[in-house]
Amino acid sequence: MSGDESTVRSRWLRGAHRTLTGLHPALESLLAAVVGLLVGAILMYLYGFDPWKAYAGLIKGAFGGSYEIASSLARATPLILTALTFSICLRSGMFNIGAEGQMYIGGIASVLVAYFILPTGLHQIAGLIFAAFAGAVWSLVPAFLKLTRGVHEVISTIMFNWIARWLALYLAIFVVVDPLRPEKTLSIPMTARFPVLVRGTDLSYAIFVSIAFALVVYFLLWHTAIGYEVRAAGLNPTAARYGGIRNKRTMFLSFVLGGIAAGLAGATIVMGLPPTYAIYGGGGLPQLMNLGFDGMAVAMVGRNHPIGILVAALFFGGLNAGGRVMQFYGSNPVPLEMVRVVMGAIVLVMSIPELIRLFPMIKKRGEELIEPLKRWTRRSEKRESA
Amino acid sequence: MDATFGEEGIRMSFNDILSLLRISLHAMVPLALTAAGEIVGETAGLFNIGLEGILLLSAFGGALAAEFGGPGVGLLVGMGIGGTVSLVFAVINTYWRGTQMVTGIGINLFAVGFVAFGLIQLGAPGFHDVPKAVELAKLRTPMGLMSPMILLALIAPVVIHWFLQRTRAGLMLKAAGETPEAADVAGININRIRLLAAVFGGALAGLGGAYMSVAWLGLVTKDLSAGRGFIALACVVFSGLNPLLALLGAFIFGFFQALAEWVKTLPSKPIPGEFVSMLPYIITLLVVSGAIGRVRFPKSLGVPYKRE
Repeated sequence: MSGDESTVRSRWLRGAHRTLTGLHPALESLLAAVVGLLVGAILMYLYGFDPWKAYAGLIKGAFGGSYEIASSLARATPLILTALTFSICLRSGMFNIGAEGQMYIGGIASVLVAYFILPTGLHQIAGLIFAAFAGAVWSLVPAFLKLTRGVHEVISTIMFNWIARWLALYLAIFVVVDPLRPEKTLSIPMTARFPVLVRGTDLSYAIFVSIAFALVVYFLLWHTAIGYEVRAAGLNPTAARYGGIRNKRTMFLSFVLGGIAAGLAGATIVMGLPPTYAIYGGGGLPQLMNLGFDGMAVAMVGRNHPIGILVAALFFGGLNAGGRVMQFYGSNPVPLEMVRVVMGAIVLVMSIPELIRLFPMIKKRGEELIEPLKRWTRRSEKRESA
Repeated sequence: MDATFGEEGIRMSFNDILSLLRISLHAMVPLALTAAGEIVGETAGLFNIGLEGILLLSAFGGALAAEFGGPGVGLLVGMGIGGTVSLVFAVINTYWRGTQMVTGIGINLFAVGFVAFGLIQLGAPGFHDVPKAVELAKLRTPMGLMSPMILLALIAPVVIHWFLQRTRAGLMLKAAGETPEAADVAGININRIRLLAAVFGGALAGLGGAYMSVAWLGLVTKDLSAGRGFIALACVVFSGLNPLLALLGAFIFGFFQALAEWVKTLPSKPIPGEFVSMLPYIITLLVVSGAIGRVRFPKSLGVPYKRE
């Protein structure tokens, strides 16, 4: 074998090895999803439902056709953004579970565009800016409390979620209310709505806001110096400080970015989800409720990586869209809430590190597969250096 | 909306003060029990933010069990549910070295889904009444009808304080949370002691949850816990793992919840109801941000123990 050929081959092998190890987290997410769905199936069985029929309905409702896929994507739109809120802060070493409240505030702020008259394009941008600004401000207070008073961000963000919920309810019922229909806020004017992307569905151009923001976050965190600082501070704050990274700055930055994402999530619902284009006050903001918490499940399964989140959001968006079909599916109507049970189980499983290690057989098999590859790469590396 | 703090707006009679105090004590119970339990868990090194979910699950399960076998069974089943959920949490976070925050988030998500699902299966979506006949009877006292659970909530923190400060087992718990390496060398099984502490704490939280549905409010809704799990966590943070201070914190938060309820019933409506409902959460934030700085927590809180 000539030297040239072996270099090519070793490079290929190394690539394959790296891909396999890189896929390892994805496999774990997949395993967690399977376990979560299994927990849901057991629960449905115990309650006297037919889990197979229910899941068949769910899959059909999620990915059964172009209408269903569009609906899944529409459900994924806000989840991408709230998942990013959690992930950005987790990458910088903090648990920001305030996406829920920041999203409420962002949603209400975007309703304010109803008071302005602007040309299309500018109007959407105005709404997004309002929402992003409001979300960022709402998320800055817990960051500030953490920095100055040392208040744990889990407690402060949860308290802010409740305060935001009541504030948003108050604003929706008394301040930005539609004078003709007091059960909802003013509707977003035509010029500020995101046009529908696939006719007859509720998928709008708002999904591009989510995707674009995910890509921006990916670029910012993995391809800029400040992003590197954020991630370094999250991995080891002490080492980062010795390395000259100002942890306070990275903390503020991650909270602001997270708040912007959550605020935008509210805006995508208000400005981009047909048919209402308004927030209903009754029943505790039903359109917005729990999107922030669901985002945490998305973030976990997406491995807190923007690209992973895009994939995971499609999965969870599908669960939500399919769940709507599942609850009206023939003689086997399983309530939509089952979807959140499955989500919770998935997050529980995701909290187990090295999940695959718990299944010795899978691990052994996996190693059997990877071991020869490892040996080859090692051998060819040695040959190269020789 | 005219905000008049006028003559008849705020005028409290002696009876008002008494009933305010009575509601405060009732609202204190779930917070005090949950906080006391969490203090045991955190002393051993486990930070459980799934308390909110445990409260909700045990309130639901406790109510169903009470309808089946009376209030005593309801409370016991609530404890059992709390203990079981905490067992799952503890196994993941001791033997399997999981991420405690993420497990807690998972428990909370699961609970919200499960209880909403269960309530739909019971008939009315989002709402279930516990029949008066199976509610825990209230005691006649000079202050009016009081739940006997208030007594328990007042005693439990004292007992736990004594246990943590004065007994060998309490010191072992502290060692497991502070320097698990040293405790391990001294022959303490870190994972087992953390597991036991978490299960005990979860059982207390479960009792608090069952109390809400079986002995206090007499109903289950899908957001019955309303952030109480996190307010209890705030009590723990504010107290610096001292159960007696946590009890004081629980009373303060209970008082503001009662105050909020009381202001809502005023005919003159001096403050919009939404702002009144925010009050307990704002107070929690203020108290916690005022208290931090002087408290310290076990060194290994939240860190899984890995034997060298």
